[in-house]
Amino acid sequence: MSHRVAEAVWRMESAKIVGGIARRFGDVGLAEEAAQDALVTALETWPVSGVPDNPGAWLMTVAQRVALDRVRRDKVLARKYDKIGRDLVPEGAVQEDWDLGNGDVLALMFVACHPVLSSEARVTLTLRLVGGLTVEQIARAFLVPAATIAQRILRAKRVLAAAKVPFELPIPEELTDRLSSVLEVIYLIFNEGYSATAGDDLMRPELCEDASRLGRVLAGLAPSQSEVHGLVALMELQSSRTAARTGQGGELVPLLVQDRSRWDPLLIGRGLAALDAAEKLPGPLGPYGLQAAITACHARAPTADDTDWERIAALYEALVQLQPSPIVELNRAVAVGKAYGAEAGLEIIDALASDPVLANYHLLPSVRGDLLVELGRHEEARREFKKAAALTRNRQERDFLMARSRNEGSSPG
Amino acid sequence: MRFMMMMIPKMVYPGPEAGPPDAEAMESMGRYNDQLRKAGVLLAVDGLHAPAKGVRATFRGGKATVMDGPFSEAKEVVGGYWMIQVASKEEAVEWVKRCPAMDGDVIELRQVFEMSDFPSENQKSAGPGR
Repeated sequence: MSHRVAEAVWRMESAKIVGGIARRFGDVGLAEEAAQDALVTALETWPVSGVPDNPGAWLMTVAQRVALDRVRRDKVLARKYDKIGRDLVPEGAVQEDWDLGNGDVLALMFVACHPVLSSEARVTLTLRLVGGLTVEQIARAFLVPAATIAQRILRAKRVLAAAKVPFELPIPEELTDRLSSVLEVIYLIFNEGYSATAGDDLMRPELCEDASRLGRVLAGLAPSQSEVHGLVALMELQSSRTAARTGQGGELVPLLVQDRSRWDPLLIGRGLAALDAAEKLPGPLGPYGLQAAITACHARAPTADDTDWERIAALYEALVQLQPSPIVELNRAVAVGKAYGAEAGLEIIDALASDPVLANYHLLPSVRGDLLVELGRHEEARREFKKAAALTRNRQERDFLMARSRNEGSSPG
Repeated sequence: MRFMMMMIPKMVYPGPEAGPPDAEAMESMGRYNDQLRKAGVLLAVDGLHAPAKGVRATFRGGKATVMDGPFSEAKEVVGGYWMIQVASKEEAVEWVKRCPAMDGDVIELRQVFEMSDFPSENQKSAGPGR
């Protein structure tokens, strides 16, 4: 019973505790261990002595004591500790942008997402240190053994120590890149929960919720950063469709045929508000903001037929300038096809035909097939669907495409 | 998981003879709401106008009878609500405990049904996709 309370308090407090100790002692690894010890102590003593009135303060006090003990016993750490006592904000950095009251948590986010770490390490460390998840919870979320997660955390801490990564906010020159890394980690966590990557689960909504929470926390800490609001908007809007995405057989339902009465208006409202916040900040929208604006077009349309495809096409054009990727271009082709007719869409598709990145991507022939159907070129369309079916590894998708390759254009009975 | 926290204040909408609202109490509640926001768990928060301004409808045989407030029969009046998104009921309870409520105030906590709790009967089966 009270171990669940301890875990709940942990989720609420751990980032502040780890961040606070990391700043005081200049060592994220030490902070994580001390905080973990405090949690273990809580799990042992609270069932006996009851949950304290101020559980966060209790955890922080115990963690600090553990950290101090360790520093006293370890001469290397003691030397490091002597050097600490400086500000989180490096010289020359602009202070107004940061909510310095919670600077510890923000610095922790940047350190956990440091580019010296592998993507996997960043995700694990962020969920552990900032998200307040236990090792077991992270392991369950990624369908790997707890020991694997524990190892990843250990290795990540060693990498940070070896690279002597300081516990501080990035200097202004590095801000864009470092922030980009944080946003990428958060969105990776979201996508892990949103799309099927392993096992039978199509979605792990808890991970989406964790990512959304991290995004909102970051938006509170860095409110002047447009892309942060952009990412929050994107996640809120994508989350709004959760209940509509899965069909009765557990299959994924495409956006355009989803039952929109199952879209969550609360999350749509929050997503649109976050997008508004991004748009109100100076400068054009960045990649996350643009993706959010695209998905907002869908959110605003009461039915699929009401979709503002011209606006979506224009947004994809802006996005492809910032992120020139054939996949973005493919999505643009779909939007252009809907807005300006299938011929216009086909032109873009045909220009992509030779792109090696898309050589084995089933959506290329699949989209081409859709456009050909609209032009009445059914024979060619059926060949495209057959090609697409051969390229996809997802059985449901393959069956669906094979069915289209047989039936498309045949006269209704 | 989502939860609704309903504030059932002891002192509901003091009448005209009461003094101005307690600035310190309002500030305290403002700080609490900020904490919820900063923790990334607040989905919505609203206060409600007094029952005197409201209306009650009672239903019989498909017909609604509408009465203006105030409602003398109502023993508990909801003054406002929060909607929060957390990982467990224990986490929701921790947040409730932190609310700077006043003596005699009550907060009722209830989990919100997710749309996905209700499987769709009529979900169009249009095959897989993105």
